[in-house]
Amino acid sequence: MSFLTRSQRETLTDVWLTGPATLALLIFIFLPIMIVTILSFSDYQFGARDLSWVGWENYITLFTSAIGQRAIVNTLIYVAIVIPFSVVFALLVAIGLHRMLDWAPALSRILRTVYFLPVAATLVAMAVAWQMLLHPNLGLVNKVLSTLGSAPQNWLSDRGLVLYTLAAIGIWQSVGYNMVLFLAGLSAIPEDIYEAAEVDGAGGAWARFWTVTWPMLGPTTLFVLVVTATNAFRVFETVATLTRGGPAFASETLVYALYREGFVYFKAGYASAITVIFFAILLTLTLAQMRLVERRVHYR
Amino acid sequence: MISRSVSTLLLLAGATLILLPFLWMLSLSLKPQDEIFASTIALFPSRLEWGNYVKAFTETNIPLFLWNGFVVVAGILFFQLLFSIPCAFALAQRNFRLRTVVFGLVLAALLVPFHVTAIPIFLGLAAVNLLDSYAALILPFIPTAFGIFLFRQFFAQMPTELFDAARVDGLSETAVVWRIAFPLALPAATAFAIFSVTAHWNDLFWPLIATTSPEIATPPRGILYFRDQESGDDVGPLMAGAVIITAPLVLAFLFAQRKFLQGLAAGGLKG
Repeated sequence: MSFLTRSQRETLTDVWLTGPATLALLIFIFLPIMIVTILSFSDYQFGARDLSWVGWENYITLFTSAIGQRAIVNTLIYVAIVIPFSVVFALLVAIGLHRMLDWAPALSRILRTVYFLPVAATLVAMAVAWQMLLHPNLGLVNKVLSTLGSAPQNWLSDRGLVLYTLAAIGIWQSVGYNMVLFLAGLSAIPEDIYEAAEVDGAGGAWARFWTVTWPMLGPTTLFVLVVTATNAFRVFETVATLTRGGPAFASETLVYALYREGFVYFKAGYASAITVIFFAILLTLTLAQMRLVERRVHYR
Repeated sequence: MISRSVSTLLLLAGATLILLPFLWMLSLSLKPQDEIFASTIALFPSRLEWGNYVKAFTETNIPLFLWNGFVVVAGILFFQLLFSIPCAFALAQRNFRLRTVVFGLVLAALLVPFHVTAIPIFLGLAAVNLLDSYAALILPFIPTAFGIFLFRQFFAQMPTELFDAARVDGLSETAVVWRIAFPLALPAATAFAIFSVTAHWNDLFWPLIATTSPEIATPPRGILYFRDQESGDDVGPLMAGAVIITAPLVLAFLFAQRKFLQGLAAGGLKG
């Protein structure tokens, strides 16, 4: 190697260290994005020998067909339910557990563990457990309801109910994660700010929350909102396990539609268009968050 | 005082709701057949029916699913570390012309969820005849922008003199990465490992797409094979299977909570 100059050897080292990872990123992430975008303008089917270009047809189908609209609307409804409930519950639990640390630290930690459990658990297995919990005849939920005198429900096969059931499971699954983020945010608020607020007359719990906690949690809340939103947009496991988008597409969501159209019906072109729209929504969300973070979190 | 008891009561009620599916799963997995189908409400079985677990372990493919899960998760983590650590080190501790370009690629890739790349990767794997194999389950996850980013941030905080000293001692750059930098980055590696293992052990989307043989099903894919086959009278063993599949990560979480919280909280940065 002595015939190489020092800078040539350094360059070789750089290529050796960064080349494999960069190449892998290009092959498995950036090239696929280009291909999926191109395919979305075609009628390509998996296994077919050729394809023809159909312009915006796949996108038009997604936005105008009844099933395509269902997937989009259902996903938005799901996200719109999961975000507020998950975030507000998580914030309340975090505040409760944070205050409990002062007088019952052991219990507070145990409860934190419990709330976080669904995050670490395998969602598909837990969905199977939910299926038994919500079983029309054998499920605990309906048994309890009929004991209380209410009518049992078909939680997963009632068209008007199924999306809300899935959203409830989504909330159940995500509260713990958001709680941990809020707990971190809460423990970062210095105690003397509360003391200063008290001197200024904000002594009650309510006043303390609105004058100190809520504003100080601003960046955390924003982060939690975006993480919850992006995760909710990706809902797939529970749909695939519990409803397969049914009954009658009542729980169809974007990622499930992507999966079914692409890998069950082999309509690669159409599934690519769904992919592009899904990606566009997530990108908009994330970039909007970045702008917001830059603009609003400068009080520090 | 009153507000304390009210909030404690509410927190306990919430925790019960969170625990409910876990308890119901455990309860059904230990109930004899007739009690599962009884119309009365009972959380605790009258006697513990371990036969459900025996059946899940001996008459189903669940041990195989666990093994597949282990192979896939370990394979992914190994190659992720192998690829991302040298790259992250170079991005943080070396000056080269394309550094900003490479780091820009990493940041951009952070924004891309895996679902977006699934169709082309499926086509590519089909073209090289790799579908329905361990390779199909492992390969697509080797490039990890999140891993590179996490390790780069970690390496960037380390003093350059540390590595210069090793270089003066005659260590090659590869040796500096693996013998000096990597051991120092173990806390970051642990957090990343927890994130990666949890994500891929629990993943259903890609195994559902990339594999068709039950022989290489990962745990979530496998439990669905089991559920779809049983016609309603194997609820006990099915629930035992769900417990068995959930147990490794839940137990790991209970024993290493701090590490889990760090690892999974860091994962929120990922797009």
